Amino acid sequence: MTPRPASAIRACSAEALLDTIDRQIIVATQAGLPRVARPYHAIAAQLGVAAEEVMRRLRRMLETGVIRRIGAVPNHYVLGYQANGMSVWDVPDERVRELGEKIGALDSVSHCYHRPRHLPAWPYNLFAMVHGRDRDEVEAKVLTIADLLGTADRGHTVLYSTRILKKTGLRLGG
Amino acid sequence: MNELDRRLLNDFQHGFPLSPTPYADMAHTLGATEAEVLAILARFKAEGTISRVGAVVRPNTVGVSTLAAITVPPAELERVAALVSGYTEVNHNYEREHQLNLWFVVTAPDTARLSQVLDEIACRSGYEVLPLPLLEDYHIDLGFDLRI
Repeated sequence: MTPRPASAIRACSAEALLDTIDRQIIVATQAGLPRVARPYHAIAAQLGVAAEEVMRRLRRMLETGVIRRIGAVPNHYVLGYQANGMSVWDVPDERVRELGEKIGALDSVSHCYHRPRHLPAWPYNLFAMVHGRDRDEVEAKVLTIADLLGTADRGHTVLYSTRILKKTGLRLGG
Repeated sequence: MNELDRRLLNDFQHGFPLSPTPYADMAHTLGATEAEVLAILARFKAEGTISRVGAVVRPNTVGVSTLAAITVPPAELERVAALVSGYTEVNHNYEREHQLNLWFVVTAPDTARLSQVLDEIACRSGYEVLPLPLLEDYHIDLGFDLRI
């Protein structure tokens, strides 16, 4: 197995290192921090641990990358970025990481993932979510990606969302 | 949106203070009061400008998830969409313009439950479900720059 470059984000590690309190903290903060003067104290009281413990664990999870960021999570639609184009690309498998890292670094791309193909119905292995105020802006950004990929772009399309049928924060199920 | 609103939204998508009084610390950075910051955040939340102030967790860290897609004939879309949205394990469900027209994300505590939900959706809807799990993530999420 080839080692992953440091710049690639591991999708499936660290889970074993999270204990029950970490998980409870994630669930409590994922839903939104309370808008009170001392929000970490409020969460700590709810979980029955010290506030310092909550902050220390959040800091550690940020350092290990389990938590990517803590902050305001804007709604792209309300901010006027309504076009929400999911661009999907068929690129050679042996170059998907190299190309994915280039595309993932673009300002106009909010998510960039390697996903499996399902031939013949679905030949695309690289997904890049592109946000724009309208479709023209999304199309222009998609052209930039196509230029960047050059001959590695063996086919692509853009899927626009026509309706949000459900959108909630993370749910852990069960 | 005034200048304070804009700065608050642009500058605090990451780096929300891990201190006993984070809103007061934000206010200090912005040259505002804690009450002003709390009021702006309450308004953002009520208007839907933000979904929350909180942690963005890496996918597949707590529980496992996958994107999935189904080709649904137009006449069947409402039924299948409602069936899919009915699962508490489904947190996103979108209609998209493509032959594969229903796209959703399933998150479950473990892979057994994840597979079970996908199988149930295929069985109950009568249509094939394409699982499109994340194999590798190439974007470092620092939030969304309002100035681009």
